[in-house]
Amino acid sequence: MASRLMALWDWFDSRMPSVAEEWRKHAAEYYAPKNFNFWYYFGSLALLVLVIQIVSGIFLTMHYKPDASLAFGSVEYIMRDVPGGWALRYIHSTGGSAFFLVAYLHMFRAMLYGSHKEPRELVWIFGVLIYLTLMGEAFFGYLLPWGQMSYWGAQVIVNLFATIPLVGPDLALWIRGDYVVSDATLNRFFALHVIAFPLVLLGLVVAHLLALHDVGSNNPDGVEIKKHKDPKTGHPLDGIPFHPYYTVKDIVGAVVFLAAFAVVMFFVPEMGGYFLEANNFVPADALKTPAHIQPVWYFTPYYSILRAVPPLFNSQFPGVLAMGVATLILLFLPWLDRSPVKSIRYRGPYYKSALAIFVISFLILGYLGTEPTTVWGQFGFDAFFLDTREIATWVARAFTVLYFLFFILMPWYTARDTAKPVPERVTS
Amino acid sequence: MSDQQKMDKTRRNLLVATSVIGGAASVGAAVPFAASMWPSERAKAVGAPVEVDVSRLAAGELAVFEWRGTPVWVMKRTQEMLAGLKPIEAKLIDPKSEVPQQPEYAKNEYRSVKPELMVVIGVCTHLGCIPQTKGADAKAEMGADWTGGFYCPCHGSKFDLAGRVYKGSPAPTNLVVPPYTFVSDDRIVIGEDRETKGA
Repeated sequence: MASRLMALWDWFDSRMPSVAEEWRKHAAEYYAPKNFNFWYYFGSLALLVLVIQIVSGIFLTMHYKPDASLAFGSVEYIMRDVPGGWALRYIHSTGGSAFFLVAYLHMFRAMLYGSHKEPRELVWIFGVLIYLTLMGEAFFGYLLPWGQMSYWGAQVIVNLFATIPLVGPDLALWIRGDYVVSDATLNRFFALHVIAFPLVLLGLVVAHLLALHDVGSNNPDGVEIKKHKDPKTGHPLDGIPFHPYYTVKDIVGAVVFLAAFAVVMFFVPEMGGYFLEANNFVPADALKTPAHIQPVWYFTPYYSILRAVPPLFNSQFPGVLAMGVATLILLFLPWLDRSPVKSIRYRGPYYKSALAIFVISFLILGYLGTEPTTVWGQFGFDAFFLDTREIATWVARAFTVLYFLFFILMPWYTARDTAKPVPERVTS
Repeated sequence: MSDQQKMDKTRRNLLVATSVIGGAASVGAAVPFAASMWPSERAKAVGAPVEVDVSRLAAGELAVFEWRGTPVWVMKRTQEMLAGLKPIEAKLIDPKSEVPQQPEYAKNEYRSVKPELMVVIGVCTHLGCIPQTKGADAKAEMGADWTGGFYCPCHGSKFDLAGRVYKGSPAPTNLVVPPYTFVSDDRIVIGEDRETKGA
């Protein structure tokens, strides 16, 4: 039997040798640094979540109806009547939030260890493009249940485009395909969510991985393992084959992740309103605005920035612009960072403090975005230059400034930081 | 050897020309796809501007018209009503209409193009209920200093006769003024901006 299988494999391999070749190139003989730590789980986990989303999404589309009069009902039908439909839906909704959680940790890892720096600029850029595509994907998907928050969230986001000078109103009309968010909008968002954006996402993931495997993985020490190769084999001395070493390690990570995922999915799928908002269990109604419109948690840092910027010349566009720049500025990170070293282990106090302030800003902006701007009340005094006395708005403004200063001042503080000497080889 | 390496200019030119024309054709082919995303004829018909006749409105009367599925109020305000708008400004959240809830041409003290004719969307900016008209004679119900306006029965938001929201209301913003334009003295087209007219 075994020999028959081997013979079958030989038959296949002689006709299509690229399968074995690619396997060796990207797994069995892809040498990754031997000192990967906890932070290196999130790349493979992101891939796992992508698969979960595609599979659960395919089965959801078998029962979902992208029609304004049927959509909300079809989601309830999935929840109540489709065998295991509730599980499919909760897998998909939990997966959406999990995707962003994993992506944020993965991006933070890059900033910790300088994985965005030369020669991995393209890896980083493809990663940021994946993140932006994911935001679009999440936004389109959120309209599909056609609940109140779906509807008004889409209304608010599409109206952001309407604030762009000159072309804005027409652009918003073109995106909606109607004068208000309607059946036409739902139908096209469905098309973009289930086919267009997933294809783009898959293409970008392939580009991200190819670019990574061409230059090789970074590591917690930020040293290039390709500098020291075994003269006999030509393999990096500090590298180990991705398969089986890291496939096994990543499977452990996947098991732990899936256990946590299952807990959320089975016991707290709504996550207290952070993953699925209460207002979204009410059908979309064009004549009734929910009292408090808020995006899902993964968009809230940017939503805070949007709200923090005061209107200029009666236009909300400056806020929209700030929000856009806050995401797009990530693309320039490899060139803003002038530090001679990659890893946080050998960086000086400037970058360490700046990164800490950035993370705190991101978290506080994220928290404030989930609350109304009145959450912390008003301060007592008034002055002519104060357009608002809401404490939360001013806190959001302060942290918006810090968010941008992290990037804008980066060329200055990374160049002047006191770097420690970097070892030749990885340390652990 | 060197003959073979030498670039064949004719072939290269043909290659470049083919690529350029092919690229242009691809871009051209994208146009109908992108164009298909504009509002369909059906959406345009449903969302078309509505022309209304306001000649028969009596002084102080309010008429309701439907535009894009929402009720649009047109009210012919009396001089007395207009005069009542100024003294209450201190009680309003946004007396100067700073929040863009109206087209630029309706951002004035009466929130209208013609002072006497109010045009607003009659949907409460809080949770979308439809407010009721409460005249200046409703003082018993609305308080002694009530000068007339609108009251939302759902959560008690109060608006003045220019659709401006009173402080202490759950509604955060003034009522929305839709885009509208006068085609004659008595005829208004709701849903069409002055600027875009004829465009």
